[in-house]
Amino acid sequence: MSSAETTPEIVTLKPAKGWLSLDLKELWRYRELIYFLTWRDIKVRYKQAALGVAWAIIQPVLTALVTTFVFSRGLKVQTGDIPYPLFMLSAYLPWHLFANSLTRSSGSLVQNANLLTKIYFPRVIIPVASVMAAMVDFLISLFILVGVMIFYRVPVTLNILWIIPFTLLAILSALAVGLWFSALNVRFRDVQQMVPFIAQIWLYMTPVLYPIMINHPIFRFVYNLNPMVGVVDGFRWALFGQTPPDLNILVSVAAVLLLFISGLFFFRRMEKTFADVV
Amino acid sequence: MDKDTSIIVKGISKRYRIGVAQERADTLRDLITSSGQRIGSIFRKKSEPKAGIDYIWALKDVSFEVKQGQALGIIGRNGAGKSTLLKVLSRVTDPTEGYGELRGRVGSLLEVGTGFHPELSGRENIFLNGAILGMHRKEIEARFDEIVDFSEVGQFIDTPVKRYSSGMYLRLAFAVAAHLEPEILVVDEVLAVGDADFQRKCLGKMGDVASAGRTVLFVSHNMSAIQRLTQESIVLDKGTVLLRAPSNEAVDFYLNRGLSKLGERYWEADEVPAASAPFRPLAIRIVDKNGVVSDSVRSVDPITLEIDYQLEQEVTGLRVGFYLFTTRGEPVFTSFDTDSSELFAEHTSRAKGVYTSRCVIPANTMNEGRFFLGLNASSYGIRRYFQDEQALSFSVDASGAPGTHWPEARPGAVRPVLNWEIEKKA
Repeated sequence: MSSAETTPEIVTLKPAKGWLSLDLKELWRYRELIYFLTWRDIKVRYKQAALGVAWAIIQPVLTALVTTFVFSRGLKVQTGDIPYPLFMLSAYLPWHLFANSLTRSSGSLVQNANLLTKIYFPRVIIPVASVMAAMVDFLISLFILVGVMIFYRVPVTLNILWIIPFTLLAILSALAVGLWFSALNVRFRDVQQMVPFIAQIWLYMTPVLYPIMINHPIFRFVYNLNPMVGVVDGFRWALFGQTPPDLNILVSVAAVLLLFISGLFFFRRMEKTFADVV
Repeated sequence: MDKDTSIIVKGISKRYRIGVAQERADTLRDLITSSGQRIGSIFRKKSEPKAGIDYIWALKDVSFEVKQGQALGIIGRNGAGKSTLLKVLSRVTDPTEGYGELRGRVGSLLEVGTGFHPELSGRENIFLNGAILGMHRKEIEARFDEIVDFSEVGQFIDTPVKRYSSGMYLRLAFAVAAHLEPEILVVDEVLAVGDADFQRKCLGKMGDVASAGRTVLFVSHNMSAIQRLTQESIVLDKGTVLLRAPSNEAVDFYLNRGLSKLGERYWEADEVPAASAPFRPLAIRIVDKNGVVSDSVRSVDPITLEIDYQLEQEVTGLRVGFYLFTTRGEPVFTSFDTDSSELFAEHTSRAKGVYTSRCVIPANTMNEGRFFLGLNASSYGIRRYFQDEQALSFSVDASGAPGTHWPEARPGAVRPVLNWEIEKKA
């Protein structure tokens, strides 16, 4: 117990008014909860699965095999010097991270309804923790990426470190959309029905299975409003060192920031009603 | 706020939309048909309620103060606003109006076991649950052994809790919650769980918390626990504070007012502890001789008692019954639906489904006064599924009963009609 001299902080109760400011201090105080919820998600996901964490690797590998067959052999998609499986994996892994985080975070508040209605903590922790759990899968799957690169004798250079900022961009994108969707889902369960569909469409709008084929500057600008275009483009550059991303990457970054900040405020606005509505 | 004040609440009110349950079913179709009106409402400041929508005030203008180290009881019948008040105080939901200040961390035992994950082991759940309740990892580590000791699950600490018996599960859950050391502890009805020994232990632990100088808010239907653990209590009814008084007075006031006016009590799904599964009480009611649900019945008429419940899966050896108490808590009698050996043999196991157990208290059994019915569902020697010692209260009116031509109060809980003979001996 803390010593009697330290005066405990005074907490105020009052009606929620307007757009609340972000309480980062409170979030920091609850940082361990993010860790524990992430840890719970990972533990529980692979409990009673004979192959356990290996699923984090098996899933993308199988997808790579199937898409290679369809797109490379069947549709004869041209990917230049890079073998198709590698071309596809380099984008599929960050994509998978994004789609996974998005799906998990969108449903996260509703899944944790029993916590929301019983206990106080900053609500934003819940979608954040579900994104973190997807991140762990991603880190594990990075090993196969490096493995496949070595297999195809693609040199692994220090340039690979550039995937770090692009990974962050992918996470931020997922969290941005996840904040909107999770908060909306508390009220409208339609969201969780729509998410798989949205993720599917989004995949086709992102150059994961095929290379970017747009050169017109205006179309390219519009294309990059999809932040995952910037992420995927950046990943391929970091790994294979072809044409570096141009200024269009800033379009993606700006789009993400806008979505993220608005999502954060929307979430804060809605969170006061979660316990009453969920 | 004074230095020795722990909680100040001023004019707190909380409004809910009626049929919040329906809000769950909100769909985009509703949204589209109301042509964006709803979306607008998300962004608009929630000011005055729109016409045409019904609201209820779960709390209305509640004000009180609690000094540091004080244990305050909160009494009120179901729906009086107790749970809402605790939710507001523990910041789960915001008040619609009013203002409050709390000095220090609030720990709530709104429902033990919240945040437990069945797949995780006891050890893992202690850490997870501790973190959810706002403890730091170091604090949990420091108290880990104490928690395990208290819970008495020792050797099963690395077993997934889904393999625990419900008793072990609850003991572990309570142990974690009881060892968090907030400045303000909010306790709601935890004592409804566990066996008598464990309940005693929980009460003892809460007594320690209060005597250690921390503030305790204690909600319970167990009046003797309220009297034992708190010096003062507030009585809530329809969302307002009716009385604040020393606990003995508050309990008297509350009991004499009568718990229920309807003669019928329903349980919503969220009022039933998860640990009761597969038994789920639905309703209990008193029916008079005309078949009307009533809170006030006559001593000279037979009284029908009905208990509706649902079994979520087959249950073996189940008995559902009631305890009858006077308002002072003296037991009058106890009866179960499988007391007769024929019914016991016929219902050795009950399949999944919805049931009613019904019995008739014969005419001329009860004396006038107010009585409580406690509901109990258990399998003898195996498990108690559900117990609510004050599920329902009702009044008995003795008018017309033998002896009422003398306008006097007769002591005693029963008023049987006895066949007197008067013999002249000489």
